[in-house]
Amino acid sequence: MTESQIRFRRMKDLPSTHLLGTGTPMCAGCGGLEALHEIYDILGEKTVFVNAAGCMTLLSVYPFTPVRGSWLYTAMASAPAGAQGIRDALDILLERKAITAEEDLEVVVLTGDGAAYGMGLSATSGAMERNLDFVYICYDNEGYGNTGQQYSGATPHGARTATSLGSHGFGGYKKDLFSIWAAHRPAYVATVIGAEPLDLARKIEKARTLHGPRMIIALAPCPTGWDYDPKESVEIGKLAVKTGVWPLREYIDGKVVHTKMPHPRIPVEEYLMRQGRFRHLFEPQRDQQLLGEIQQRVDAYWSGIE
Amino acid sequence: MTRRLLTGNGAAAWGARLARADYIPAFPITPQTEIIESLGQWIDTGAMPGRMVTFESEHSMITAAGSAAATGVRVFSATSSQGLLYGMEMLYTVAGWRAPFVLVNVSRGLASPITLEPDHNDVLAARDCGFLQIHCATCQEVLDSILIAYRLAEDPQVRLPVIVNLDGFYLSFTREPVELPDVQACANYVGSYDAENVRFRASAPESQAVAVLGGGPYSYFRYETQLAAMNGLAVYDEVADGFAQVFGRLHGAVEAYRSEDAEYVFVMMGSFATKAKEAVDQLRNAGWRIGLLRPRLVRPFPAARWSELLAGKRGAAIIDQNLSFGMGGVLHTEIASALYGMNAVQPVLASFVGGLGGRDISPQEFFEMAGVIRDAAQRGESPPPRLLYTEDELREVRKLQAVAQVEREELAKNEPKG
Ligand SMILES: Cc1ncc(C[n+]2csc(CCOP(=O)(O)OP(=O)(O)O)c2C)c(N)n1
Ligand code: SF4
Ligand SMILES: [Mg+2]
Repeated sequence: MTESQIRFRRMKDLPSTHLLGTGTPMCAGCGGLEALHEIYDILGEKTVFVNAAGCMTLLSVYPFTPVRGSWLYTAMASAPAGAQGIRDALDILLERKAITAEEDLEVVVLTGDGAAYGMGLSATSGAMERNLDFVYICYDNEGYGNTGQQYSGATPHGARTATSLGSHGFGGYKKDLFSIWAAHRPAYVATVIGAEPLDLARKIEKARTLHGPRMIIALAPCPTGWDYDPKESVEIGKLAVKTGVWPLREYIDGKVVHTKMPHPRIPVEEYLMRQGRFRHLFEPQRDQQLLGEIQQRVDAYWSGIE
Repeated sequence: MTRRLLTGNGAAAWGARLARADYIPAFPITPQTEIIESLGQWIDTGAMPGRMVTFESEHSMITAAGSAAATGVRVFSATSSQGLLYGMEMLYTVAGWRAPFVLVNVSRGLASPITLEPDHNDVLAARDCGFLQIHCATCQEVLDSILIAYRLAEDPQVRLPVIVNLDGFYLSFTREPVELPDVQACANYVGSYDAENVRFRASAPESQAVAVLGGGPYSYFRYETQLAAMNGLAVYDEVADGFAQVFGRLHGAVEAYRSEDAEYVFVMMGSFATKAKEAVDQLRNAGWRIGLLRPRLVRPFPAARWSELLAGKRGAAIIDQNLSFGMGGVLHTEIASALYGMNAVQPVLASFVGGLGGRDISPQEFFEMAGVIRDAAQRGESPPPRLLYTEDELREVRKLQAVAQVEREELAKNEPKG
């Protein structure tokens, strides 16, 4: 058993004090905020968040912020470069003994999927290739949420978005960012979800103890963009895992390990039918072909693993 | 003090070294690359402390420059042309962070068409971003201006990043004798960077660059930046005077060459102004009372200084090495606005655009421009703006077009029919 598993053996080992302040302008039931809460409790307040344009940018609106540590808003494309500047500057100050080790901070990039899968991918690739010592948290709500949920490189096949309103929804396929990141051979890559807090805690704890690029993608159920009742967020998150749509996995030392096998896997429909963005697959009539295709893709993924 | 033959790029690298820059985010682009290569070599061989990181774009490079400065280290960076524009979003962004650093821009014309040679459209595209701007005409000035720029940028009244501009090729690759100031004297002059409350530390959590809601707070922060930039006028004079006291070279906000008793002046920035100086000397020999005024400090713009310097002149020929399409020369507009409503006799202004993409401006053209401004002053009326171009140049372009046409016809002939 690894150390991170030892610290978080069961649910009651999870932190009971919460660091992220309340009263933010995020939507009720925001799955991204749920994940961030859980992550922040483990990373702690000796952190500086380097944020890219997206929903979370509105966490810190002058003069308020829910974070107890530090924060820098950059732009949509270059948060990892902002992280590099801070990390390098802190290292220079440490080397010169201009600050003590107690003053050091963990540098944490916080972006949405639009930035992570698209506009900021080149900056992220650069940061990994330079082996930057940082944590990257991508909250993946599968679209450009802040601008009204247009499709992004993370939008799943068939989903209705503000820019895919046709009867078959989004025609493209969700990009495999986990594998793109892992191909850089960084220190750590993991997928998490707020609805599986124990799995999340173990992974963040592991990331905390490593050095180099530690890359986290949190699937972020989004009541506003996915069109469902905010109280369903946790349930939808659990279904994403149980149906096998969101594989919980990690990459470390050149190997990919699945941390939670959905056994038995329940049909993808159970996940899709709870969300308005997939309603056209069921109404006015069932789109058997598209449903079949989505199920088949999930099956194909797991057939290589189970 | 030692004298050396240095290129403009070499002088820029020495400026960063003598200012003891801690951190150098970099990205290659002609004609700037020699700057980061020199700095990289010094750091690799231990000749200079500091850390250089090559980013994957100028957008990232400027972001990191800003965030490192916002963490409290002294930052230097350099770019040119397409690179400056690629980073444009971040130029505006980091200026708002109020984290001071120095960015050298080696001017080069912008695409399209793509070219390597200089003009000022790149740096003037960054005119309104919040970076202050110093423009150089000699290699010595490049080195000196970087030292001055750190004092200006880091002054508590200012706290804004500064662009130091030099022209590609004409300065970047031209060797001139440059006096390397004493290392210790430079260290004393520039001082160490006291980041005050601009920093990230575990014991003092800070949220920087957060969002605002509404025009009230937004305007407040934008106006603060404007006031800080305007403070730069007095601070610039102070730090330039301080520099002159220590190093014996005065680099004023505006360089005035034989202009005191002049009836007419050329107004020009950058290295091409040295061509204007030569023309001034020749015209003076021919009996003209003519001089040159060269803007060094372009942001903040010393408007009052300009109206003083131009008061009582009969005419000014403003030669812009840039072109704002649909309007004309940028410097012309700036000078005209500085003069409008002034209390003294105003000169007649004539606008010329020349030197785009490194195009030469010949002595004959300077004489011609002098003639145009004198005639205009006599008539008391501004002439229409002129785009400098000679019949010879037009003939050369016509030749290229003819070749292109012949080749196209040849290709069409050989194309299979069907
Ligand atoms: C360069 C640039 N282009 C466009 C935008 C507009 N914009 C702001 S947030 C956003 C969506 C970001 O999407 P994502 O990263 O997924 O974050 P989310 O909004 O979903 O939280 C966009 C397109 C911007 N801020 N900057
Ligand atoms: S739009 Fe979605 S991701 Fe954005 S705040 Fe609302 S629920 Fe969260
Ligand atoms: Mg998103």
